[in-house]
Amino acid sequence: MAEIIVKGGFIIDPTRKIDGDVGDVAIKDGKIVDKVSSSAKVIDAKGKVVMAGGVDVHSHVAGPKVNVGRLFRPEDKLLSGFCRSGMAQKNGYRMESGFSVPSTFKTGYDYARMGYGFVMEAAMPPIHSPHVHEEIHDTPIIDEAALPVFGNNWFVMDYLKKGEVENTGAYIAWLLKATKGFGIKVVNPGGTAAWGWGLNCLTLDDPVPYFEVTPREIITGLMQANEYLGLPHSMHVHQNDLGNPGNYQLTLDSLKLTETVKPKNKFGREQVMHSTHLQFHSYGGTGWGDFESKAKEVMDYVNKNKAITVDTGNVTLDETTTMTADGPFEHHLNGLNHLKWCNVDVEMETAAGVVPYVYDPNIKVCDIQWAIGLELALYAKDMNRIFITTDHPNAGPFTRYPRVIKWLMSRKAREDLLSSFKHKDKVIAATTLHQLERELTLFEIAQMTRSGPAKCLGMSNIYGGLAPGMSADVAVIDLNYKNMPGDPEQIEKAFQRAACFIKSGEVVVKDGEVVSNGHKKTVWVNVKMPENPQVTRDITQSFTKDYTVDIINYQVRDYLAPHPYVIDVDVEA
Amino acid sequence: MPKLIKGVGCPYCGSSCDDIEVLVSDDETRILEVHNACIIGTNLFHHANDPTRPRLPRQRQPDGSVKEIPYEEAIDYFAKTLLAAKKPLIYGFGSTNCEGMSAVGRIAEKAGAVLDNCATICHGPSFLAMFDNGYPSCTLGEAKNRADVVVFWGCNPMHAHPRHTSRYSIFPRGYFTQKGQMQRTVLCVDPRETDTAKLADHHLMLDQSHDYELFDAFRTVLRGFDIPEVVAGIPREKIKEAAEIMKKAKFCMIFFGMGCTHTDGRNHNIDAAISLTRDLNEHTKCSIMAMRGHYNIAGPGQVWSWQFGFPYCIDLTKGSHAHMNPGETSSIDLAMRDEVDCFVNVGTDAGAHFPIQAVQHLKKHPWITVDPNFCMASEIADLHIPVRIAGVDEPGVVYRMDNVPIQFRAVIKGLPGVPSDEELFDMVYERMCELTNTAPIWLAAKEDRKYPQNPAVI
Amino acid sequence: MATVTLKPTKVPELMFEGYSITPDAFAGKTAAQIAALPGHEGKIQVTIGDFFEVSGNGGETAADTDIVIAGDCSRVKYIGSKMTAGTVTVNGNADMYVGGWMKGGKIHIKGNMDSFCGIQMQGGELICDGDAKNHVGCAYRGDWRGMKGGTIRIKGSAGNDIGTFMLGGTIIIEKDAFIHVSTHAEGGTVIIKGDVEGRVGGQMVKGDMYVLGKIKFMMPGFQKVDTVEKEVDGVTMKLDHYIGDLGERHGKSKGQVVYANLYLKAAA
Repeated sequence: MAEIIVKGGFIIDPTRKIDGDVGDVAIKDGKIVDKVSSSAKVIDAKGKVVMAGGVDVHSHVAGPKVNVGRLFRPEDKLLSGFCRSGMAQKNGYRMESGFSVPSTFKTGYDYARMGYGFVMEAAMPPIHSPHVHEEIHDTPIIDEAALPVFGNNWFVMDYLKKGEVENTGAYIAWLLKATKGFGIKVVNPGGTAAWGWGLNCLTLDDPVPYFEVTPREIITGLMQANEYLGLPHSMHVHQNDLGNPGNYQLTLDSLKLTETVKPKNKFGREQVMHSTHLQFHSYGGTGWGDFESKAKEVMDYVNKNKAITVDTGNVTLDETTTMTADGPFEHHLNGLNHLKWCNVDVEMETAAGVVPYVYDPNIKVCDIQWAIGLELALYAKDMNRIFITTDHPNAGPFTRYPRVIKWLMSRKAREDLLSSFKHKDKVIAATTLHQLERELTLFEIAQMTRSGPAKCLGMSNIYGGLAPGMSADVAVIDLNYKNMPGDPEQIEKAFQRAACFIKSGEVVVKDGEVVSNGHKKTVWVNVKMPENPQVTRDITQSFTKDYTVDIINYQVRDYLAPHPYVIDVDVEA
Repeated sequence: MPKLIKGVGCPYCGSSCDDIEVLVSDDETRILEVHNACIIGTNLFHHANDPTRPRLPRQRQPDGSVKEIPYEEAIDYFAKTLLAAKKPLIYGFGSTNCEGMSAVGRIAEKAGAVLDNCATICHGPSFLAMFDNGYPSCTLGEAKNRADVVVFWGCNPMHAHPRHTSRYSIFPRGYFTQKGQMQRTVLCVDPRETDTAKLADHHLMLDQSHDYELFDAFRTVLRGFDIPEVVAGIPREKIKEAAEIMKKAKFCMIFFGMGCTHTDGRNHNIDAAISLTRDLNEHTKCSIMAMRGHYNIAGPGQVWSWQFGFPYCIDLTKGSHAHMNPGETSSIDLAMRDEVDCFVNVGTDAGAHFPIQAVQHLKKHPWITVDPNFCMASEIADLHIPVRIAGVDEPGVVYRMDNVPIQFRAVIKGLPGVPSDEELFDMVYERMCELTNTAPIWLAAKEDRKYPQNPAVI
Repeated sequence: MATVTLKPTKVPELMFEGYSITPDAFAGKTAAQIAALPGHEGKIQVTIGDFFEVSGNGGETAADTDIVIAGDCSRVKYIGSKMTAGTVTVNGNADMYVGGWMKGGKIHIKGNMDSFCGIQMQGGELICDGDAKNHVGCAYRGDWRGMKGGTIRIKGSAGNDIGTFMLGGTIIIEKDAFIHVSTHAEGGTVIIKGDVEGRVGGQMVKGDMYVLGKIKFMMPGFQKVDTVEKEVDGVTMKLDHYIGDLGERHGKSKGQVVYANLYLKAAA
């Protein structure tokens, strides 16, 4: 592969504490190196910011529920498509479609245009893992991994009811290999399993029907199993009671479960729990009338506890499509907005729901949700433990990250929007955003979108920084570090379309346009441990009796993930 | 020594049973025995042994006769025909794997074609209802493990999906349904006394084409309002009784078929069924599922949704974006309105399934059929290109009626020289790129991707 | 006011997607520029001039522009779609999407129309002297926001799916309709002066329907509440008042549940 040198940009690399120093980034054979020969291709980054490729810790981009979102929302494509004129056939890349749930091609291209190199698919139903990998395969440029869901899995609940952490670990190891998955995702622990009978678990101590295990036991047990295995990523949880007024207390109680678990891994990861889309879990009030922000209360605790990382889940005030393995929540949401409702209960494993949602700036609750997402980031002390997401597409499409960055970096931008709200005064009364003067720096943004998530995922040796040896994912952003634009719109514009993006040592975006389909990889974790005969027997028996597919056709075949990057984890007997 | 291959997927109906056992000859070229499959599935496997299967493309000559030609020539004709057409229609995919459906997406995009699948004459109305009202559904294992009330509405699995009732819906003993059929109450809503209706505990023999009214009656009753004495030919008391059974279920499962999708109102019947399912979830747990016909007819809906955002009727003629509006961009409408000028039939038989007027319109233009076997669509085509049989001599991913992906395997070696759908479409795509002087786009796929099975040597 | 006349010169082999045939696109353009406006026939980009002889220049604005198509447009889609002002008159038939997404102005089709006319219309007036096929004033697939405003008047009959997901505006069918009137509607008014086969107001949340002929099959979720005297399209008459769809969800206003209304002409 050719050599490249990115010359003279303002380098921002939190992994090496570099904040705006002018310098070069040398690239050879897909890796960042100390220096390159004089024949290297020169990318002029003078007057522009140079960062590592973005790392998205939580996004729904591939798999059955994402595809339901695409399939059942033709109107999501209406505005961009119907009888539009100006039909230049684009040569060199595939057709793009969709706004809130973009097609796989558009997903890859849009992430690349924003300078993102790695994206974590946040919820993979194990039985659907071949589907997830088929979609990942059709998503160009970006590296991807997927987190299988475990929090409502019958094996897991059965083992944890009996307190069998090692068996849980052995089952997790088998399933990660079978699905080519990355780590442990937990969605509404216990609640989604209860949804199989139309019920839910709304507190940490609501027992799951029949299984008689509680969300508290599932969360704790899976954190313990995660550390027993020493996986690169921690347990990654979407807590119970998402989206309901007053849920912050339950959120705090769940976060406190980390206090008994210590991180144990060889990947430099320090947290034992990643609490995702925290915005949806930081609500006060007793109903929608007195609905208010509890971002400060939640972040006060997160700031104190190094064993937790979080992502924001920023509401972007768009018309979008909500989708989650939290089946009962989607049913509940559908009862509120009366739009169409898809549900997929998955045998033995999980469930999912999909409902379109309009975050209308004229609705008070939506505006408060918007403010909470921003408050979380603005209250954070360690920007390496809080990451920007929109829980794509739940709180907004990932293509709005640049807009979130704008709001975080510019008080003027947030105030302008806040003052345009119909219920401005009520929003100000229910939140603290109006009082927050903090404006994040480019360095802090790089922490939240690069170094932080990479470390949280246990991949800080590959992604999120520009040190020699790391994957050559380099984004050149058209912002002058020394002379930042007065107009916050320019910040959004610069992050929306990278001036240049180099992925795995190949220029894939130039002047905001895709120029190559890149060479993507699928990252998965292979746990090597001695066979556990009981777990093997349990799995075999369950496939004989309860599943409707044969075990031999369940495990993802190698050809479906043709560009693997396998992280090996050894577990001693 | 013959070899017994277990856990084989069946290339027949939407049940996509993957517990078939197939005994093949030592050299893996012949199927000797098929176990566990229904009679139709068994025969589909044995068909692969047919010595008369076509091995070369067959092109119609100016005098009307048919001549075998090499694959290179067929591919060249295929590519040129697609490029020359103003609006080609590529239709079918009832019986191919997802790899083939994905590969054809590339061709359709390049050709500015309309891409459609058999759902357009089958469960297309179910898609329309999903667009309008959603789809509260589940995987078949949920029905097996939980359902204590099962409703078959306008479908007859005893004939159309022969092992559905034994694997998933009526007879199996699941985790919470240890007593199997004893534990399940079966309702059948059908104007005919089908074999499924005979098996049911309650048969609601409604007047044909009045499903929508009956769904509304159920919903009205569930909300506590009164209904007329007779709705759709069913007495009020019978409706109330059935509504009560569904409401009192622990887990109610509604399966519906073409009796709903292809009587008056079509999508609205499914739409109302979805509303009923939603209403029942206020009382208990209820799921609904379309009885999809072919073993991978859910596949194109999935593959094309992630590629183009739409499951079927995808108009790619604009090059920059996809457009879908069944009623306009659906195969039958396009054909009847004389709106396409080239037709490609893949893995189905439009010759047998389309209305004769539609076929007459399509026959005015070039017609290419891609299919492993002879069928009406192959016999009226200008060019018939044989391919391997997905699920028999070609592996690949298929989506069961509940959208669960199942990785099918090949049980025998393919006919020498006969490509898979995917290989054929990739070659056509490469030829189209050559002809237009453009670089092919493989994403990251082509260079490293190992085909499910080594490609046939051509 | 300026009148642009399009005279058909050639019947398209496939369909001509005439999405540029709107007063908005014609405004401020000369006849030659109008002839060069784009359209599509399949994947081929064509121009208006390929199928029409154009005479007369456009007005300064859309409101100052009248378009007259002097002939048949049976194979022309999208006439007057997305228009905001001005007029379009077709002296013959028109194909799909006439007045789709239109916001203002007036369209007059003197022949018949195919399906999807007035789809997701927001304002303006669409008059058809002949019959319309299916999906008059409906929503786009999957969209819960159907017709929001304006008036569609079909002097002949219409097929199925009239006013699906309708939120506002008025649709008048002067003769008969087949099935599915105001399905899923949450507002608006549909008047059918002839007979309807059935499925009137199924899954309807809110809005009004008037049927002056007979309904062959009533929805079981509609119940008669009283008989009223009301004006329908300028004529006062006695009507049986039904509410429904009782099987569907309904909102409340001032503590009262608001149902959809069906007014059926009372027996004399």
